[in-house]
Amino acid sequence: MTRRLAITLALVFVAAVTDRAVAERLVVSLSNHRVTVTSNFVGEELVLFGTIEPDPATVPLHPPYDLVVTVTGPPQILRTRRKQRMLGIWVNIDSREFVNVPSYLAVLANRPVTQIANPETLRSLQIGLNNFLLPQKIGPDVADTVSDDPFRQAFVRLKSQQGLYRESHAAVTFLTPTVFRAAIPMPAAVPTGSYAIEVELFSDGKLAARTNTALEVIKSGFEQYVADAARDHGLLYGMATTLMALLIGWFASVVFRRD
Amino acid sequence: MQIYLPIADLPVNIFLVLGMGLAVGYISGLFGIGGGFLMTPLLIFIGISPAVAVATVSSHIAASSFTGAINYWRKRALDIALAMMLLSAGIVGTATGVWLFTLLRALDQLDLVIGLSYVTLLMAVGGMMIYESVRAVLRTRRGEPATLRRPGSHTWIHGLPFKLRFKRSKIYVSAIPVWAIGFIIGFVGAIMGIGGGFLLVPMLIYFLRVPTATVIGTSMVLTLITMASATVMHAATNHLVDAVLALILMIGGVIGAQFGARTGQNMRGERLRLLLGLLVFAVGLRFAYELVVQPDDLYSLRYVRSG
Repeated sequence: MTRRLAITLALVFVAAVTDRAVAERLVVSLSNHRVTVTSNFVGEELVLFGTIEPDPATVPLHPPYDLVVTVTGPPQILRTRRKQRMLGIWVNIDSREFVNVPSYLAVLANRPVTQIANPETLRSLQIGLNNFLLPQKIGPDVADTVSDDPFRQAFVRLKSQQGLYRESHAAVTFLTPTVFRAAIPMPAAVPTGSYAIEVELFSDGKLAARTNTALEVIKSGFEQYVADAARDHGLLYGMATTLMALLIGWFASVVFRRD
Repeated sequence: MQIYLPIADLPVNIFLVLGMGLAVGYISGLFGIGGGFLMTPLLIFIGISPAVAVATVSSHIAASSFTGAINYWRKRALDIALAMMLLSAGIVGTATGVWLFTLLRALDQLDLVIGLSYVTLLMAVGGMMIYESVRAVLRTRRGEPATLRRPGSHTWIHGLPFKLRFKRSKIYVSAIPVWAIGFIIGFVGAIMGIGGGFLLVPMLIYFLRVPTATVIGTSMVLTLITMASATVMHAATNHLVDAVLALILMIGGVIGAQFGARTGQNMRGERLRLLLGLLVFAVGLRFAYELVVQPDDLYSLRYVRSG
């Protein structure tokens, strides 16, 4: 609910800032719309190319521009737990559930996002790890907390350690003042599902244009087959695994028979 | 060479996992145990979540104990009647263990319970084994016969009702302690990802007076069936068994076990028990250290479900 409200507000805001005499248009293209996770998948890097076009075509452009690409993975529910010492040992005492947060979140820009626009703009557009909505379940309610909330900070830090959350101010490069490329890193542990890519162009600290595209991460072949079987046919899968164990055990006893 | 594990959801080096399988297999062959108490912590150490490690290791132990059971079957060194009796309670114990495992996982306390169980069980069993084998080593040094002492051949256990006769093991005992032992082994196996061989063998010897000729073979049959059913139950309820990981572990495990068994035949029994005791105790100590020392990061993440 809060998220929807924020998005609506953001859209209203966008409408306000883009209401200028000169408008830019973004044309982007992704090197690959489908990442396939196979048995030897160790991560890969996707490249997003794009140009800034004047709209209408006759008006001149006004570089320099700033560009922010936000990639969000399929939503997940994750619990952040905190250990505390109790009776001499460390126990998970407190926890917060993060509801429908992106499993993967990359904020890629050509310079630090704090230099691109003022804090209010960044917050309303949810640009940067500190400004992205990460709603927590607090009792019956779901709400985002302040960005210095310890659970939120720990959550972002742990996700960053896994390589799944990142904010980079060098991932977007301008090849010419109006042509850019962005490198999207996909680590080995990248979750499967559909990913949304939001591209936002800033001129002089104001949102000038935005567009979006998407990509898909799928497990393929044997991996997909095993993962599906384990989830959908747990009992059969367990029996098959046990049978495999028995076969290998029997095979070993035949091969290494000493009498 | 990296291989992606579909259930653990992370890439691992195939040779590292194969090497771990070989090493643990060697130790399990050497001592005639499943080796789950070593394999589960090792998997956790390389980054596999405790839940996936526990569930997957059960299938690995099923494979290695099946090899062992076949070998003992050929030598007619197992007591099927006793194994089946232990088993009837073992299945109930495993089901209870899997149920508690699921519950604890939902309460975020699974890691703690796995840790605590390892500490208490391994340190207690390891300590007893060290004590017993050091005494045996000292006795042989003094030139006394090294046979296991059987204090008071009739304890309170032998006074319990529902007595049954197990022909192959030549014992006449109550069904109650047999069921209790079976239940405990099935239960701890499901929670801790161990076959419980290192626990079951001393229990059968000390409480039921099962002769050493049939004890290991019988223990292997029980381990095989409890671990096979734990695999099926973990797969059906928690969907955490990683078949790819299990396959690599099994291949390493069964090969390592053959070499371990050959080394074991050339070593003296009490020396072997002392070594195993020290190993078990050290693993327990390692878990205790982890629980007591402040962790590097107080926070941890747990995946609940997709949104």
